[in-house]
Order: sequence, then structure tokens, then C-alpha cells
Amino acid sequence: MTLGLINANPVVHAKKERVARSEDPHGEDAVDPLEIYDFVRDIRDPEHPYSLEQLSVLSEESVTVDEKLGRILITFTPTIQHCSMATVIGLCLRVKLKECFPPHFKVDIKVAPGSHADEESVNKQLNDKERVAAALENPNLRQLVDECLYSNEL
Amino acid sequence: MAETSQLIQYIESFVDSSRSPSQQAASLDAIASLLKNNQLTVETLVREMEGYLTTADNIIRARGILLLGEVLMHLASKPLDDAAIHSLIQFFTDRLADWRALRGALVGCSALLRRKSSGGIVSETDAKAVAESYLQNLQVQSLGKYDRKLCFELLQCLLERYPKAVASLGDNLIYGICEAVDGEKDPHCLMLIFHIIEILPQLFPDPLGPFTSFAHDLFENLSYYFPIHFTHPKGEDLNIKRDDLARALMLAFSSTPLFEPFAIPLLLEKLSSSLPSAKVDSLRYLSDCTVKYGADRMAKHGEALWSSLKDAVFTSLDSVLSFTPETLEGLCLPENEIAAEALSLLQKLIVQNTNLFLDLIVVDEDINMIFNMISSYKSYHGIPAQSKQRLHAVVCILSTSVKASTASCNRVFECFFSRLMDILGLCVRNSSGNLSPDDSIMIPERYNHGALYLSIELLSACRDLIASSETIIAASARTEETWSYLLQSFLPSLTKAFCSASICTSEDSHDADMYFGVKGLLILATFPEGYLLISKPVFEKILTTFVSIVTVDYSNTLLWKLALKALVQIGSFIEKCHESEKEPSYLGLVVEKIVSLSSLGDFSIPFPLRLEALSEIGTSGKSYMLKVVEGLEEAIYANLSEVYVHGSSNSAEIVTQVLKCYSDKVIPWIHCANGFEEVPLQFAIHIWNQIENSMVFNATQTNKIEVLDAMMKAMKLAVASCSQENQNIIAQKSYHILSSSTSFPLKELFQQESFQIVQVDNSSSRDEWILSLFAAVVIAVHPETYVPNIKPLLYLFMTTLLKGNVAAAQALGSVVNKLGLKSAGVQTDCTLEEVMDIILNLSLWIFQSNSSSDIEAKMASAHDISLINLCSSIGSCTSLQIHAIVGLAWIGKGLLMRGHEKVKDITMIFLQCLQPNGRAEILHQEEGISENNNELDLHHSVMKRAADAFQILMGDSEVCLNRGFHAVIRPLYKQRFFSTMMPILQSLIMKSEPLSRSLLLRASAHIIIDTPLIVVLSDAKKIIPMVLDGLSALSNDILDKDVIYGLLLVLSGILMDKNGQDAVSDSAHTITNRLIELIQYPHMMLVRETAIQCLVAVSGLSHARIYPMRTQVLRAIAKALDDPKRAVRQEAVRCRQAWASIASRSLHI
Repeated sequence: MTLGLINANPVVHAKKERVARSEDPHGEDAVDPLEIYDFVRDIRDPEHPYSLEQLSVLSEESVTVDEKLGRILITFTPTIQHCSMATVIGLCLRVKLKECFPPHFKVDIKVAPGSHADEESVNKQLNDKERVAAALENPNLRQLVDECLYSNEL
Repeated sequence: MAETSQLIQYIESFVDSSRSPSQQAASLDAIASLLKNNQLTVETLVREMEGYLTTADNIIRARGILLLGEVLMHLASKPLDDAAIHSLIQFFTDRLADWRALRGALVGCSALLRRKSSGGIVSETDAKAVAESYLQNLQVQSLGKYDRKLCFELLQCLLERYPKAVASLGDNLIYGICEAVDGEKDPHCLMLIFHIIEILPQLFPDPLGPFTSFAHDLFENLSYYFPIHFTHPKGEDLNIKRDDLARALMLAFSSTPLFEPFAIPLLLEKLSSSLPSAKVDSLRYLSDCTVKYGADRMAKHGEALWSSLKDAVFTSLDSVLSFTPETLEGLCLPENEIAAEALSLLQKLIVQNTNLFLDLIVVDEDINMIFNMISSYKSYHGIPAQSKQRLHAVVCILSTSVKASTASCNRVFECFFSRLMDILGLCVRNSSGNLSPDDSIMIPERYNHGALYLSIELLSACRDLIASSETIIAASARTEETWSYLLQSFLPSLTKAFCSASICTSEDSHDADMYFGVKGLLILATFPEGYLLISKPVFEKILTTFVSIVTVDYSNTLLWKLALKALVQIGSFIEKCHESEKEPSYLGLVVEKIVSLSSLGDFSIPFPLRLEALSEIGTSGKSYMLKVVEGLEEAIYANLSEVYVHGSSNSAEIVTQVLKCYSDKVIPWIHCANGFEEVPLQFAIHIWNQIENSMVFNATQTNKIEVLDAMMKAMKLAVASCSQENQNIIAQKSYHILSSSTSFPLKELFQQESFQIVQVDNSSSRDEWILSLFAAVVIAVHPETYVPNIKPLLYLFMTTLLKGNVAAAQALGSVVNKLGLKSAGVQTDCTLEEVMDIILNLSLWIFQSNSSSDIEAKMASAHDISLINLCSSIGSCTSLQIHAIVGLAWIGKGLLMRGHEKVKDITMIFLQCLQPNGRAEILHQEEGISENNNELDLHHSVMKRAADAFQILMGDSEVCLNRGFHAVIRPLYKQRFFSTMMPILQSLIMKSEPLSRSLLLRASAHIIIDTPLIVVLSDAKKIIPMVLDGLSALSNDILDKDVIYGLLLVLSGILMDKNGQDAVSDSAHTITNRLIELIQYPHMMLVRETAIQCLVAVSGLSHARIYPMRTQVLRAIAKALDDPKRAVRQEAVRCRQAWASIASRSLHI
């Protein structure tokens, strides 16, 4: 059964240059949106050999963080309204952030308002602990997520 | 005959396809050498081979023919008679039809056709026969890759060496070539094909000849390859690059004007493609074609070319101008390959056909629109980004047009310059060029930035044009040029405009104002002298403007920098172009004024800025540097005498800065330039004279140290850059002053037998200055330079080093490093051995009474030293001991670097200090228990210093004993020391008690850190335990963080190396544990980061070793994810992934 690609011809944007941070030798570096963005921008799209950044699914503005409360909120924009890959992308983001940040951060992942036909249910699914855990135990899904996270195709 | 059977063997072994390639090649070489040495004739060979050449067995026949062909390849210059050549070439020509044995025939034909003319060559008729047979029999595209290559090589050879013979084949040949090249894809073959098509048109020069009718077909074949899209995988070892192919194809494109009707439209079409490489290629090809096709043919495409070019320039340029001082010369735009190619093409087109293209440019809608646009925006920053981009494009196009030729320059000025002046609101004044005593010229509040920018770039292009034209046109002719006339008439108002733009100080003035103003003035000032555009008063006015900015407007950093940079450029322009008329004005107005800044008393302009201005101006030319040096030196001398006499802290501050500038900027510059040898000598001598004459000495304690440091640095550098003779002079002079005008009892020191410290306590601070300066001289001299009376100096240095004067210790180190070099053959007062005996016998260095320790026993027997316990003779003076150790370390370093064996004695003394057993006992006996603790504590700091002495021994120092200060450096001295010391330290560590163990580890850490990594690697297995113990022993004290970091770097170096990994594999567990501890190291971020990086490297060790540690590491890393520093967090993520993926990707621990 070949359904074809969900979005066969996405718009590809240029990668932005990475900003070299000027290091402050003293003092602490707080977690900021750019740091989080640097971790997630290179996650590969489940369908195409492009990064989420190139497909404009994510941008630096879509990340907010509150270090004191330990909260991270990522709002991503699926490329098309009916994208069934939105949940996979969300899952990838969650796994990646879990690897990159200590457990005391609470991560919320949402699709941008109005960017998805089934916004509410996608958001609910992405932030439901048990459904996330269950999804990650599904070997096929787990493999797809790993491919997106560790892909060398980009 | 033995030879015949031998020959048959050779032939057999070549023809036999079961033999290895090397055997075949060997037999081929053997046959070829037989032929070369005339042991065998070609006829005999052919006769012997008859069977192989004519057999019906395809494989054997193919090998046989190949053998003959290859042999002929080796005989390119051996004389052969015509008959032999004729029959051979006939044979191979026939064989071209034999497709089963083709390769041999191809090789044979090529070999014969390429023969050197001295040995007999193939005749024209035979060559034609080859070509005919080639065209008739060969289906090139159906052959394999290597055979195709041979075919094309043969064809190329025919075309190059027998053009007439093959040209007579006419249509047939060209048709054959079209057929042969059709659809080729291999890069090697393509290189050949492109070359074949490049030379083909030369065979048929007749415009009505056969080539004309085939031009379209041939070009069709070529056009498929443009633009070259090279996708060969990198793994294949091709020595052909994309650029080579692109270049070959370009030459083929431009080989004949007959391609013009097809090539130009194709190139223009590809120019509009979105692929940058295609654009660049199209532009390059067009440039090449323009030159080769000629004006008439290109004229047809004029309009199309112009519009494509314009688009290329308009879209490729950046929209950001940078107003930094670095961009004052040249265009202030970043480089862009497409734009650069497009502009170079435009220049070629304009040179070729000035009228046509300038007509197009002048009436161009877009350019005119830009002119309308700029007049509506006052400020540069107000222009929208897109229009800025277009403005830059117009600037580029117009300046390229100006640079193309004088005619085009005239035309551009005629059409655009007055328009710009109108926009700027400037009016024509008298054409005399004088700056009228004016103010009658109306100056608008604010100039139009766009117009300023355009006119500056036009002026600069015009300047470049006349500067580059070799023949300076006669003065009369010059004034008739339109541009010259126009410039003359607008010059006064233009100068005024630039001046006012640059010094505009209103509230809303912007960087663009200053930048354009300064740049405009700079361009006017650097117009070549032959063109009397700028009269002397105008030039001087420009200089005064800049100088006044530099001296007054220092609060405006950008403007200040711009003006200074402009002055430097004017200076180097005058120096470079020998502008004799302008030089006096520059010297008088700029250099003197700036130099006077150095001595000016008032503090209107901050001192660092003055120094920057001085040194910058100095670098613009030799004559200016001399003036600057004079000025600087005057400032130094004047302020120094202030410091000496009044102890003025203000002067001390100034002199410190001037001295720093002198040593950082002036001396390195002098070192590179020729003809300044006297300057450092004079400087050093003057400083010595001055201090000799200053009998009143009031340098106060507070500011003394900085001044002295700066003086010593300058003195060292100045002496080091002198020649040996000059150094001798300085050394004599300084010794004389040291011995005559100080209270140091040099004479007595020389005579006395025993050594007492109290003797020198009455020295004044002036004496100390002199001594320190003298130490600086000694540190910097060549080994060959004669330093008088070494012995008393030794005593003197040693007594002062005990007072904590490190410079004296370094001087001692330099003395023992350079003394008595065998090759030098210089007279010395005493030998190195004597010096060392003096030093060691002074027994300052023995900190313990006679004990039974092995090392000490060795020491005692070797040198028969009367052991004096320093501790008991001068009380419990720890600081004295520390000074002694530091001094000894520098002496040891000097010895170590020249590879002297006595360094061993010194290191033994250090090692003794690290072992407290003997000493502790004595203390226990002599003093009460209550004081004992205190004593032990003090003692510990001495021991620590002894351990740190190894850092001085091994480390590279910037202040002395390096190449710059002419140290004697034996190659690989660090390696040698490392391999002698490590076993000793290792065994000591094994049997030592905790306190001395940590100190010994500290000492060995210093040695390991400063040894080249490659040496440590070869010994990795033994070193690793010491590194790890060192890491744990030193990780508690915050002061040791640099040592910890150094050790970690060594560890990571070992872990990154293949051999190192093998060596440490066994201790993976210990390493990991140590690294995990260091992940939490609180004192230094770099340590944590490097520890995590090391852990990543550990994850590459053998699986069985590291798998058990996996959970432990992951748990530790999870904590590092919460590190306060971002860099550590990022490394932690990498490390976590590396370790998590060892078994599975699952991160659940």
C-alpha cells in the first residue's frame, strides 16, 4: 500500500548560520531559547531529507523557556494542515529534549495555533505521559524517531 | 642462441595472460632494454613474434600486438629506418580493423606517430592512411573506457602532429569526430575531446571550408556539457577536477568565431539560471569568447549581454556597506564571485566596444532610476535595503566603466558627474583649482549620501585608471580630457563638501557622513602627482583636516580611526610612489605634528591614543618611522629623568606606556626593516647614560616596579635585535656603569672565599635598577657576545636572587646557557665547569644536613661539597629558601636547554627537597614540639616550590631563554629530560609517604604537561597511572587548577591517539572513575568540559572494557546536563549520546 507522501513538495528554506556565542568566562550561562533551538533545529523531518529548520517547522521564536520554574515550551508549525506526521515530530522533540536536559525541566510541546486541523487532539496526545511512553515502546515508532534524531542524511 | 631463447621466454611471459602484471611489465622492460642497447633489432623481434602476431587465437594475438606496441612506446627516440617505420605503421593501420586486438594497434599507432623527429618519423601519407583507417574502422563509443581514451589520444596526436595530412580528409574527418565524441561521459576522455575540438578549427582556416557547415553539429556536441556538472564520487582517485574540465570546455567554446551564433545565446540563457556555479561559468566563458570572437561578432549581442550582465550584478551584490577603517582603500563591499566575474566581463566588453556599451549604460532605465532615487533620500541609512543593493550595483558598474579606458572614463564623467554635483548642490567655481578664500561657496547642511557615495567611487576609479596607465600622457593632453576638466571645475566645492562631511559634528551626524568624507579626501589626496589636479594648498588643507581630527576629535572613535588610517595611507602612498613634492608637506604637517603629541604636556588627548597614532604613522614609511622613533625616545628620556629625580608617578605612568609601545610596535618593525641597526643600539646606550648620570634617585616604590618591568622588556628586545658587535658595546658600557657607579662590592666579591649574605644588604634602589637592567642585557645577548668578569657577576647575581630578584636568576640561567660555547671561540674569563663549581659549591642549595639518603650520598661523593645547613645558618628563613629554589630552577633551565649534564645535580637537589624524612627529624631534635607544626608548614611551601621548579625547568618562557633572546637550545632536550626523570620519579613515588607523594606527583605532572605529546604517547602505559594519581592528588586545591587542566589535556591526547587507546585500554576503569570525579570539578569550566570530552573518547575503547561502566557514566553525565556553563552542557549531551548508543539507543537507565 503506497499512500504517497503527505506533503510531496514542501518549501525548503535556507539554514540560518549558527551564532558563535561569546563566552563569559565567569558567571553562569542560563538556558535560553537559542540553546534549546540549537539542539532541535537539526532533527530530520520524518518524510524528507531536510531538517525541521529548513522546512520552517521550527524557528528560534517558537521556543520559550523559564529557567526558574524549569519549563520549556516548544510550539511547532506542521508544513500542512492535515499533517499526520505532526505527532511524530512532536515525539522526536520530546525525546530529544529528554536527552539534552536534566529531568527537572517540564517540557510542553504544542502545534502552533491554527496550523493543524486537529490541533486540540494533537496537543493532548503530545503531552500525555502515558501515551508518549506507550508510543516509545512501539518498536516501529521508536525506530522512526531514532532515524529522525540520529540521521546523517542532512 | 641463448639470447633468442631468452627473448622467447620474455615474449611468452608477456603474452601469457595467467602471469601477474608485474611479471609482464618486467619482461616488457627486458625486451625494451635489449632493443635500446642494440642487442636486438626490431626486425628480429618482429620475425620472432610472427606467430604471436598472426595467430588465429584472439587472446594471444591481442597480447602479441600489444607487446609490439608497448615496446615501440619505449623506443620513441631510438633511430629506426624509414622502411621499418613504414612497414610497422602499415601493419598497425591494418590492425585497426581487427576489433578483437584493437588495443595493441592503438598503442602501436600512437607510439609511431609520436616518435621524435631525430629517430625517423611516420610519413604524411602513412599518417593519412592511419586517419582513414581510424575513421573507417573504429566505433569509438562502443569501446571500453580505457580503449576510448587511447582512441582520443591517437586522434589528438594525429591532429597535432599531422594537421595537413588529416585536413585533406575534409568533411569525413569532422563527421568522424562528431560521431566519435557523441555521448562521452568519462572525465579523462572529455578532457581529450575538448582539446580535440579546440584544435580542430585551426585545421580549416578557410571560412567557406568544410568546418563551417559542421560548426553547428560540433557545437551541439559540446553544448551538452555546459555547465559542467561533476558528480564523480570523491573516493575515485581522479586527478581531474571540475575546474580543469570547465576550463578545457571554455577553450573549446572559444576556439573559433564560427561557434558564436550558437555559443552566445546558450551562455546568456545559462546566465539566467539560478545555479551560482552555472552563472560564474557562463560569465567566465563569455569573457573568454568576447576576447576571441572579436568586436564585430559580439556587437550583435550587445543589448542582450548588457541586460543579462546588469541583472547578474544587481542580484548578486550584498546590500550592506561596512564603514570600517579597513575598507578605506578599495570598494567597501564584500567580495562576490558572480559580481566580480560579471564586472570583469563588462570591462572587457567596454574595452572592446566602448561606444556601444556606454550608449547602453547611459540610456539605461535602471541606472537613471537609481539617480532619481538617491536624490530623494538624504541619508544613506534611509535608503531601503533593496535600493541600496541596486545602488551598489550601479556604483560597481560605473566604476568598472571608468576603469576600462580613458575614453569610457570621459564618457561616464560627462554623463553622470555633473548630475551628481547637481544632486550634491555643488556649483562650478573658477577652474584654477585654488581653494578660494572662500566661504562664498554655499554649503548645504547635509550632503546627499547616495550622491557622495557615487562620486567618491567614480573618483577612486578614475584615480586607479590613471595610476595604472603606464604612460603618463603629456600635461597638455591631460587638460583636454573631459573628466579632467570636469574634475578641475568642481574640485574646490568638492573638497569643501568632503571636509564638512567628515568634520560634521551635528547631533544626528552618522558614521556614513564621516566615512564618505574621509574617504573622499583620501582619494583626492592620493591622486598621482603627474596630474596637477590637487594643488599644494589643497593637499595641505586635506592633511590639516585629518591631523586636526586626530588631535582633537578623539572622542569620536570611528572618525578618529578613519582619519588616522587615511593619514597612514597617504603616507605609504607618498613613500611608494616617490611623490617628492608632497613629501615635505606630509613630513611638516603630519609627522611633526603627530610626533609632537608624544611630548605634549597637556592631557587633551588620552595617551594610549597618542601612542597609537604615533606608531601607526611610523609604519607608513621609513623616514617617518625615524621621526617617530626620535619623538618616542625623547618622551622616554624626558619622563624617565622625571621619574629618577622627582619620582613623579605621573611620568612613571606615561613612560611605562611609551616603553610598552616602543617594545610592542617599534622594535618588531625595526627588526623587519633594513637599515635601522643603529636605532636599538642608540636607545640602549642612551638609557645607560641616563641612569649613570642620575645621581639623585627618587623613584618611589609604588610605581617603580611597572616602569622597571617595561624598561627591562624594552632593553631586552633592543639588545636582542642588535648585532653581535653592538651587543659587545652595550655589554661593556653596562658593565662599566655597574662596576663604577654602584655600591656593589664587585672587586671584593671576586676575591672573597666564603660567601655571606649580609654583605649586600646596603644596596640602594638605584643599584637595584642598574642591576636589573644589567640582567636584562645579559639575558638578551648572543652566546658569542663577551660579558666581562663573569665570576664576580655570578656572586652578585646569586646574592640578589636570594633577595627575590627573579631577573637575576634568569640572567644566571642565561649565563650558564650561553657560556663557553665550543663553536663560538670567544674568550671568556672562566669555563662553564668553573662557573658550575662556584654555583654548586656555594652550597646555598643544600637544605638538609648529611643524611643517609641515596641521592645525597651520590651528590656528596660527586662534588665533595661541604654541607652547610642553610636553615641553621640563617635561621628558619623560608622565603630565602624559596628564592634559592627559584634561582636554582632558572640555572637548571639554562643547563637543561643546552643539554649539560650538571642539570642532573640540580634536579637531585630538588628531589631531595621533596623528601621530608631527614629534615623532619632534625626539626624534631632542635626545636620544641610546639613550634614544630609551624615549621613543618613553612617547610611545606618550600617543598611545593621545589616541585614547581620542574615547571620552570620544562616550560617555555617568554621573558628569557628563548629563541628571540638567542638561547642555546639543544634539539629534543625535553624528550631527554622526560625519559631520564620519569623512571626516577616513578620509583620514588612507589616508596614515598603521603606528603612527599603528592609533591612528587606534582613535579611529575609538570614534566608530563610540558613534554611533547608524541613522546608521552610512546610511554603511555607507564605514564597513565601517574597522570591519574596526579589528577586525584591535585584536585582539591583551587590553585592547582591549571596543572589539572594540563594533565587532562595530556590524557585526552592519549585517548585520541590510536596507539594511546591500545595502551590505556587496561586501565579504562580507573580512567573512567577519575574522569567522573572531575565532571563535578568546581574551580574551572575547562576542566569539566575536557573531562567530558575525554569520556566521549573513552567510549571508543574496546566494548568489553567499557560496557560495565555504562550505567555509572550515564548517571554522572545526567548531572552534568544541569551544569551552569553552556559549553559543558553541550558536551554532556554529546557524551550521553555516545555512551547511550554503546548498547542500545534507549536511554532508560
